[in-house]
Amino acid sequence: MRFATETGIVFAREVRPNLRNPVAILFGMAQPVVFLVLFGSLLSGVPWGGDGAAWQWFVPGMLIMLGLGGTVSAGYMLMTEMTGGSLDRMLVTPVSRSAMLVGRTAKEVVMLVAQSVLIILVVLPFGFELHVVGALVAMLLLAVIGVGLGAFSCALAVVARKQESAFYVVQQTLMFPLLMLSGVLLPLDNAPSWMRALSRVNPLTYVVEAERALFAGQLTGTSVLYGVLSAVGFAVAGVLVGARAMRLTGD
Amino acid sequence: MIRTRGLTRNFKVKRQIVEAVRGLDLDVEKGELVAFLGPNGAGKSTSLRMLTTLLRPTSGEARIAGHDVLSDAAAVRRRIGYVGQGNGAGPYFRVRDELVTQGRCYGFSAEVSRRRADDLLGTMELEDLANRDAGSLSGGQRRRLDIALGLVHQPDLLFLDEPSSGLDPQNRANLWEHILRLRDLLGTTVFLTTHYLEEADTKAERVVVIDHGRIIADDTAERLKADLAGDHVTVRTDNPARTARIADRIPSTRGVTVDGDAVRMAVPDGAAVLPVLLRALDAATVDVRSAEVQRPTLDDVFLALTGRSLREAEGVPA
Repeated sequence: MRFATETGIVFAREVRPNLRNPVAILFGMAQPVVFLVLFGSLLSGVPWGGDGAAWQWFVPGMLIMLGLGGTVSAGYMLMTEMTGGSLDRMLVTPVSRSAMLVGRTAKEVVMLVAQSVLIILVVLPFGFELHVVGALVAMLLLAVIGVGLGAFSCALAVVARKQESAFYVVQQTLMFPLLMLSGVLLPLDNAPSWMRALSRVNPLTYVVEAERALFAGQLTGTSVLYGVLSAVGFAVAGVLVGARAMRLTGD
Repeated sequence: MIRTRGLTRNFKVKRQIVEAVRGLDLDVEKGELVAFLGPNGAGKSTSLRMLTTLLRPTSGEARIAGHDVLSDAAAVRRRIGYVGQGNGAGPYFRVRDELVTQGRCYGFSAEVSRRRADDLLGTMELEDLANRDAGSLSGGQRRRLDIALGLVHQPDLLFLDEPSSGLDPQNRANLWEHILRLRDLLGTTVFLTTHYLEEADTKAERVVVIDHGRIIADDTAERLKADLAGDHVTVRTDNPARTARIADRIPSTRGVTVDGDAVRMAVPDGAAVLPVLLRALDAATVDVRSAEVQRPTLDDVFLALTGRSLREAEGVPA
């Protein structure tokens, strides 16, 4: 199958620098780890937290945050290649545009999963309770949402290709509200009603809730179902939008 | 190999429509070596980007090796190589990795791709840099890598956008050696843009001059120069005024001017006219101090066609 081969070629190209220099995997993790240490320590002091429970609530959200951060690099890498000329060189080869998008995104997803595993290993000694099957499904869900985030980020890079700064402005402006309104950092239970309404239209909210349920070992239930639906829908939309955008790249 | 009819591309810049390429009609046969010459902003790169499927034409059509660039882009891409103005290799990727990837992109097996990569590292003298990140290379080294990337699949048709810009004379000579060898070996059709006059003049078999998005001349450099510019003859004598009158009487001379003791004129064939002029001056007892025939450059051609010199047109002091 040609699409799979081409995606593999693009993926192999993207991932090779990381294999040659594995320490780079750690760089992207800095922010979530700092948040984990600072927030996590704070959370263990609040009433509904306490001991391992704080981690159980906080870590799944951090993985989503890691996913959001990783997408910055998907779009950023595409942006540098667009301005530098190496994307043009790839675009003139017979490799399809969608393979370029999916291959790139797949690399970000693999990185995301690798970083997530590292984070879980780090929190294990601090009382994080691991439900193996739930965690595996949670990782899969994380990969799916990562595809969507990576693809949307690439689409944004293409749309903003003539004003590079616009890419960062949009990405940064979207990132924090998305984080806050998905309940990654703080629970939205006591939020004003308009915030809760907004969080209900944020696809990430459902994914975060599903991640929490899965890491708690709940494999069934509505939150997992909604999370999976939301992530799959988001990923499909992202790939469609991203593939469309990739066709504009040369213009 | 290349056939375009009415190929046009407009851009919107600040709500105004800029016609970058206006109705390009171009035919290039297999095996030709064509230089696209014109000042910056003339539409060279835009044309090239349309021919290489990177940019959609606003109107008109272009076929490469019989395949339409819009409806059959995939077939076009398999047949062409493209060396753009930018850097073909990503800055965070290793030199050899990028060459191998390029081979894989054209459907070669991993093993063949590695062999091609190593061959090209050799011919482009990049062996020592194989494991460096492309971003750490010097300008000339990166350009050689760009060319290597364009040659991995030995295309039938090679597009080069300003291939030698930023190269020192030695690297430029090396580059041309590679391009010409490839041509001899495989009969590759080469289509390049350049604003180096000397390069278009000495290397290309055919020069297509473009200005303001239109082709304004298309022939061999020799014929363009003979037809449009002619040779420059300069004689220095003890009586410039009389010299000018005598020169004017010779039917083929044009644009006779006097500057101090020097009299200059343009003629289609300087080598033949000079003896005639010298005999006439001798008969009129004008004492000739020196005589010189200067071959025209493509810049003279551009000047004759547009009234501007190529250098002026680029806003670069000559």
